[in-house]
Amino acid sequence: MSAEALGPKEVLKTIDYKPVKRSWLELTVEFRKGTYLYTPPRKLLDYLGLPNPRKWLPSEKDWQLPENWRQIILEGMKDRLSKYRSFQLFLDICVRCGACADKCPFFIGSGDPKNMPVLRTELLRSVYRKYFTTSGKLFGKLAGARELTEDVVKEWFYYFYQCTECRRCSVFCVYGIDTCEITMMARELLNSLGCGVNWIVDPAAKCYRLGNHLGLPPHGFKGVIDTAIEDIREITGIKVEVSLNRKGAEVLFVVPSADYFASPHWFTFLGYLMLFHEIGLDYTFSTYASEGGNFGFFHSAELAKRLNAKMYAEAKRLKVKWILGGECGHMWRVLHQYMDTYNGPADFLEEPVSPITGTKFENAKSTKMVHICEFTADLIYHNKLKLEPSRNDRWKVTFHDSCNMTRAVGLFEEPRYIIKNVCNYFYEMPENTIKERTFCCGSGSGIGADEHLEVRLRGGFPRANAVKYVRERYGVNLLACICAIDKATLPPLLQYWVPGVEVAGVHELVGNALVMKGEKPRVTDLRFQPLKGEEGEGDV
Amino acid sequence: MKVLYSLLAVIVLVLVAYVGVGLLGLHSLFGVMIPYAAGAVFIVGLVYRVLKWAKAPVPFHIPTVCGQQKSLPWIKANNIESPHNTWGVIARLALEVLLFRSLFRNERVELRRSEKLIFGGNKYLWLGGLAFHWCLFIILFRHLIYFMEPVPSVVLFVQDMDGIFEFAVPTLFLTDLVILIALTYLFLRRVIYSQIRYISLSSDYFAVLLILGVVISGVLIRLFYKVDIAAVKELAMGVISFRPTVPEGISLLFYIKLFLVSTLVAYFPFSKLVHGAGILLSPTRNLKNNSRMRRHINPWDYPVKVHTYEKYEEEFREAMKEAGLPLEKEN
Repeated sequence: MSAEALGPKEVLKTIDYKPVKRSWLELTVEFRKGTYLYTPPRKLLDYLGLPNPRKWLPSEKDWQLPENWRQIILEGMKDRLSKYRSFQLFLDICVRCGACADKCPFFIGSGDPKNMPVLRTELLRSVYRKYFTTSGKLFGKLAGARELTEDVVKEWFYYFYQCTECRRCSVFCVYGIDTCEITMMARELLNSLGCGVNWIVDPAAKCYRLGNHLGLPPHGFKGVIDTAIEDIREITGIKVEVSLNRKGAEVLFVVPSADYFASPHWFTFLGYLMLFHEIGLDYTFSTYASEGGNFGFFHSAELAKRLNAKMYAEAKRLKVKWILGGECGHMWRVLHQYMDTYNGPADFLEEPVSPITGTKFENAKSTKMVHICEFTADLIYHNKLKLEPSRNDRWKVTFHDSCNMTRAVGLFEEPRYIIKNVCNYFYEMPENTIKERTFCCGSGSGIGADEHLEVRLRGGFPRANAVKYVRERYGVNLLACICAIDKATLPPLLQYWVPGVEVAGVHELVGNALVMKGEKPRVTDLRFQPLKGEEGEGDV
Repeated sequence: MKVLYSLLAVIVLVLVAYVGVGLLGLHSLFGVMIPYAAGAVFIVGLVYRVLKWAKAPVPFHIPTVCGQQKSLPWIKANNIESPHNTWGVIARLALEVLLFRSLFRNERVELRRSEKLIFGGNKYLWLGGLAFHWCLFIILFRHLIYFMEPVPSVVLFVQDMDGIFEFAVPTLFLTDLVILIALTYLFLRRVIYSQIRYISLSSDYFAVLLILGVVISGVLIRLFYKVDIAAVKELAMGVISFRPTVPEGISLLFYIKLFLVSTLVAYFPFSKLVHGAGILLSPTRNLKNNSRMRRHINPWDYPVKVHTYEKYEEEFREAMKEAGLPLEKEN
């Protein structure tokens, strides 16, 4: 039975960390509802020019693989072995010490041994041995090698979409073996057979054509901005100015599209606009580059690069000086570790300097892209903001480190510094579950679809369990985070595992606490909920 | 089953040496030629392997960051867990190689009463692994005594330190004892813990049993079946100076040990044992977290198809105009 139908207690009872008897080399996958993702329609693959489009479903017996599928995979592997040292090295040097096993949130939440990072990689490594190493060719199964069959492809599809590329395992590996690298290679190989996922290809196609994953056309974006301006006016009495596609602005501001489309992202979006108004930042949005995130990254390096290209292209066209980026996890993995390589050098931009404090962001002097938390922390440090943290007093806050903000960027203290300045009640989760050891929301890297709920609930269990700890201990009722996928997928996850904890972006809390010049007395927060002490006053 | 196969393989190796030297008297084959061949395989194999890794480019900048980045001047950056300069990388790698830093983080997760996750410390693997590798290093260093004349005083010093308990137990080296314990632990955890047993391959058992075979034969030689050390040294010196001689009076057990060592050495580059050479090349550990400060170049980068702004405006010009958005071309 699926997890959705079962309660949390029953689901936890299904977890057994003792592996089954049969060897992992022999098992085949069962595609049970709730544990696999739907496939993209032909027209999307056609639109993006991706290979082997067809109509198929993982639950069907015949996947209609192209005739030369084996050749495509093996040649694809060979090509990537020569292009990625990580791939070659990580396939060669694992000693199977098992330290990574209980570090993966999907293993902890499911007990499925193939969710141990070491075995997830062995799914591919066993094929590598068979076709690319002497010992595998000679000794076969004895050396842990196996034939590449359709069942293996199916198994890859199942398990490489139960990895969120969160990289927690690589923190604990003494050789730094990063399962994310393996998952990325495996997904590229699967996609070369046309075995993709709709939840990835659909937003990628929309982003390619319309500029953002959610498929908002330019005039739609304008409408959304107008709504935000109206919301802010209602809460603060102040009419903020927002420009779109304006040439000559100092800063191009790019956010994940969920920020201006979904809830609770929306309140963070209001927070940004209020902050920029208050400090008088000369900035603009772009409708063409209206997406910070990058679902291409969950498909292939090539598609990631194609989508990412818009950001620099637009910064150049609009003649801005530098780029500021909103709250998002994998978005920042790409911006921090990949963008300059993909589409740099950004020599048409200037090294970022905060126009308010004069701080030079030397850590971004090559990409010219600054994280909003770096920007805001600097403002607070220089006393440029008037803050009233008591406006967040109804929240007892904990902070969830997003995988990529820590393990790719190293942004540990900036958001904490902000939260401590805008909130009076802040409590950390246990140290095994934060910072570099943070647990994934269970839905990152393009696997957050509704049809995948059981996998997500299980993968998110370790995170929820740590939230439960601070909920019981300190009465925490708000989880703050800086990732759009977190904001989208943690509310239902927490609702399931630890009801009573809501989710917010850090800049929502900033927006609440920010005292704006000329604002009317605030009676509600950005969610239109009465502020503490204002409840029940009159009939406002 | 896998354990049995591996044990059998090691026993076969012992028997081969027993038959070869003990029954057939092939002293120079096992004392000189096989070690030469093994050494050659080791060097060629290792160079091939490392060159293969080194030749594969690192297209993207992918360090696994485990500490605060260097950003604002008033936030303390962690230069070891998130290195921003070469010294940081050197420190990070040194900690990894010398002290197994990442493994030290290891913890055990338990689901208590099907309800709560409990995180417990789990330093045994770290301790066992570290003890094994350091003992191996000291033992190898100690063996220089057979390959150098005169013997450098530092080697003698290490040997003396290692034998510090000899006053209590004659001829007992501390490292021999510790490595035996560590190897036994590393072997047993593969057999006992169901998760580790599940992921283990025959080759995993084989590697640890082979090394155990080498250590046990060495200890036996030292404790019970004394060999003529002068003769062994004559053999060793002859081999490394490429003027091999096969002196009389070297026991069969020594040849068995030498054959196991030869097998290990030849097996090394083609097995997971080669991990030692890989760690320094690992891109998640040897790169600085400076990818926004300095551009990382992908050597095989190629142009890709993009959807340009012109095409975008082309498609939405009318709607954009109506919404009052600025345009590049009015019509």
